[in-house]
Amino acid sequence: MSTWLRNNQLALSAILAAVLVPVAIALVFFYAPVDEDGLNQKIFYFHVPIALTAYACFGWGAWKGLVHLWKGKPGADLESYVAIHIGVIFGAMTLLTGSLWAKFRWGHWWLWSERQLVLFLVLFLFYSAYFMLRYSVEPGPQRANLCAVYSLFGVVLIPISFLAIRLANQYIHPVAFNRHGPQMAGSQFFTFCVCLAAMLSLFAALYQFELAGKRLDARLRELRELLA
Amino acid sequence: MTTEEKYVAAAYLVVFAFVLVYFLIMALKLARLEREVGELAELARKRADG
Repeated sequence: MSTWLRNNQLALSAILAAVLVPVAIALVFFYAPVDEDGLNQKIFYFHVPIALTAYACFGWGAWKGLVHLWKGKPGADLESYVAIHIGVIFGAMTLLTGSLWAKFRWGHWWLWSERQLVLFLVLFLFYSAYFMLRYSVEPGPQRANLCAVYSLFGVVLIPISFLAIRLANQYIHPVAFNRHGPQMAGSQFFTFCVCLAAMLSLFAALYQFELAGKRLDARLRELRELLA
Repeated sequence: MTTEEKYVAAAYLVVFAFVLVYFLIMALKLARLEREVGELAELARKRADG
């Protein structure tokens, strides 16, 4: 990666998110057709990309945890923490937008019989507990190692959660993608792809933003100690 | 506004509210960092003046 690109990651991801998010909203409401499911299907365009982005955040957090354990790269622990933090935010948004869709469609805010929902909740709670672990241990190499191992354990739940609906015998939760490809019209799929790109770019921007803040905080603490 | 429209609006508002709250928290943090930089600059100036 070029030095220019590395130095401007935050600005680039923020510009990308600022362009893609409004474009995605415009496509959802002015381009994608309303199908037989009705207007509530519009929730799908943000709910599913947000859920996939949450998986990506947790996966990225686990990857950074692995990099920390494997190569001992300085900063990998902080990067893992920030990715998981944003993943939990996206996870909460997934649960809330999904509940709103379910209330209208199924008449229930939540269904415990749905494996997909329960597994996502387990994944969300697992990564929420990450913060309890992190803040119950003194900062240092031990905390970094523990958090890295924890983030790696959680990533095992991602494919299970992702495939749960396909393993389930009874489907209630709709399947938008199966082995034959996307089960939607071309315009809907295009809108979905733009929404996914928008959410991933939003994650990238928030990730760089929070990381920059955390690094600045750490450097200031260092400076304060030097000047004290 | 129909019930269906209300649910769609609520879902999008949830996303908007989350992002907004996130930026609010980050803005508060940036304000704290700015204050700390000011304090450290003041400390460094005093040191330089002897």
